[in-house]
Amino acid sequence: MLNSEIRTKTAEEYAKDAKRAKVLGILKSIGIYTMLTIWAIAVLFPFFWMLITSFKTFGSYNAERVPSLLIKYPTIGNYLSAFTEINLAGYLLNTLIFTVITTLAMVIVSVLAAYAFSRLEFKGKEIVFTIFLALMMIPTELVVITNFVTVTNMGLRNTFTGLILPSVTSVFYIYLLRENFSQIPNNLYLAAKVDGTGDFKYLWKVVIPICKPTIITVLILKVIECWNSFVWPRLITDNDAYFLISQGIQAIRESGFGRENVPAMMAAVVLVSLPLIILFLVFRNKIMEGVARGGTKG
Amino acid sequence: MEKNNLKAWLYLLPAILFLGVFLVYPLVDVFIYSFEEGFNSASQTHLGIGFYNYAYVLRDPYFLQALGNTFVLVFITVPVSTLLALVISLGLSSIKWLRKLFQTIYFLPYVTNTLAVGLVFMILFQQTPYTDGMVNFVLSWFGIAPIDFITGPYWAKMLVLSIYTVWTVLPFKILILTSALASVNDTYYQAARVDGTTGMRMFTRITLPMISPSLFYLIITGFIGAFKAYSDAVALFGTNLNSAEMNTIVGYIYDMLYGDGGGYPSFASAAAVILFVIVLTITVINLLVSRKTVHYGGGAGNA
Repeated sequence: MLNSEIRTKTAEEYAKDAKRAKVLGILKSIGIYTMLTIWAIAVLFPFFWMLITSFKTFGSYNAERVPSLLIKYPTIGNYLSAFTEINLAGYLLNTLIFTVITTLAMVIVSVLAAYAFSRLEFKGKEIVFTIFLALMMIPTELVVITNFVTVTNMGLRNTFTGLILPSVTSVFYIYLLRENFSQIPNNLYLAAKVDGTGDFKYLWKVVIPICKPTIITVLILKVIECWNSFVWPRLITDNDAYFLISQGIQAIRESGFGRENVPAMMAAVVLVSLPLIILFLVFRNKIMEGVARGGTKG
Repeated sequence: MEKNNLKAWLYLLPAILFLGVFLVYPLVDVFIYSFEEGFNSASQTHLGIGFYNYAYVLRDPYFLQALGNTFVLVFITVPVSTLLALVISLGLSSIKWLRKLFQTIYFLPYVTNTLAVGLVFMILFQQTPYTDGMVNFVLSWFGIAPIDFITGPYWAKMLVLSIYTVWTVLPFKILILTSALASVNDTYYQAARVDGTTGMRMFTRITLPMISPSLFYLIITGFIGAFKAYSDAVALFGTNLNSAEMNTIVGYIYDMLYGDGGGYPSFASAAAVILFVIVLTITVINLLVSRKTVHYGGGAGNA
C-alpha cells in the first residue's frame, strides 16, 4: 500500500507538497512574528503610556473617563513642576553622587583584591579565595539587619557614608575580574619584573588597560544596580534631603504634588528612567553580555 | 615571588575590611540576634537565649500571611515566567529579520527602576472614581466588568503582582535562554533532518536536553529571586503592605526592623533565618532533581 503510494507520486504532486511546505512555513513565520510583537507591545506599552501621559495637562487627564492615548493639550508644565514642586533634582543629584562614589569605590576595592588573587603568591591564598566564593551565596536580606543596627549606632543614618559603605562590596565582581586578570600571560609579568616594574605600576600600566572591557562591564552593571537600589536607602534615610530616586518616586506617589497628579508623576518617572535607558542603548552589547555572564535582577 | 605575603594582604585589605564588617560579621550576628530573647535596642541587652523569637514570628498572623503570599507568588511566577521565556526565546532564535530589535526591546525592563515602572503599572491597573483605568478599559472590549485591581479582592491584587513580577524577571530569562539556544550545535539538527525527524521530536530530544543546564540555572535563580520579592509589591501597593494584605517575607523582615511596626531586630532576624532556610531547602531540592534530569555535556554552556 505504502509502496504503491510512493510509486504513484508524480512530479506534479511533489511540486504540490513543496508548495504546501512553503505555505506552512509562511504561516509559522506569521505566528512567530505575531507572538513576538505582542510581547514587544506588552514591554513597550508602559513606557509609551508614561511618555504620553507626562505631556497631558492635569485637567485633561482627569477629564478622561475613557483612557485615551491622544494628547489633546500638550504641555511641558509637568516637567517643570517635577523640578519646582517636588525635590526631583535633589533626588537625581543624590542618586548620582551615590552611584558615582559607590561604583568607583567598588571598582578600586575589587581590582586590588582581584589582582592579589590572580597574580600575587601568598600563604592562605586558596583558603581566602574559597571563603570569598562562599560569601557570594549570602543573601543581602540576611546581613541587612545587623548592617542597619551598625550604621544606626555609628550615627550614620541620613548620611552618604551610611548609604555608601555597605553597598561597596560585591564578591561576584572580584571573582569576575580575577578570572579576567588570570588570562594575561605570565611572560608579561615576568618581563615587567625583569625591568624592575613594581606590582602597582604593572597593575596600573598593563593589567587595567588589557582588562578594560571587563572593568567597564563591571562598572556599568554596578551603575545600574546603584541607580535602582531601594531597600538599603529606604532603611537608612528618612530625611527627604538624602532620598535616592526610588524613594523619591515612592514619596511622590504617597504625598507628592499634594494631589493625585498622574501626569506630573509620569514626568518624574520619565526623568528617572531616561538616564539608564540611554545608558542601555549606548552600551547595549556590553550590558547584555555582562548580565549573561552572571548578573541577576535585584 | 616569595616575599609577596605582606603586599598581597595589603591589596586584599580593603576588600577584607568591607566584607568583614558588612558581610561576615552581620552573618554571624543575625543568628545570634535571632536567639536573643527580649532584646532591647536602647540598652543593647537581652533577657535570655532561646527559640522565643522564632515561636513569635511563626505565630504572627502578618508573617503567616507574608509566607503564604510569597509561596503563591513563587509558584505562579517561576513556572509562568520560565515557560514564557522559553517560548519567546524559541521564537527569537527561529527568526532573522528584526531579531536584534526584539532582543533590545525585551531587555528594557532590566534597566528600569522597579519603583518607577511599578507606579506606571499601578496606575494602568488602578480603578479610581474618575476612570476605570487602561486595563479595565481593554477588558471591557471582551465584556469583562471593571475590577478593582489595586485595592480590591485578594486574587486581583495577586494577579497584578504576578504580572508585574513576570514582566520584570523576563529580560534576564530571555537573555540566558536565547544565548543557550544559539550555542546548540547546528550539526545535531542537520543530522536529525536527514533522518526525517519531526519538529516536535527535535525539540524534546535535542533542544531541550541541550539547553537544560541553562533552564535549571534559571529555575534555581528564579526560585531564589521570587522568594525575595519585595520591591515589586511596594511599587504596586505602597509601603504599608500589611494593610494591603500583600506583604512578602522580605517585606515582613523590613517592617519588623524599621518603620511603623519596627524596632524589633530579633524578630526580623528570626524571619530572615527562616527565609534563608526555606531558600536553601528549595535550592537543594532543585539541585537533587537537576542531577537526574539535566543533561551536562557540551553544548549550552552559558550557566
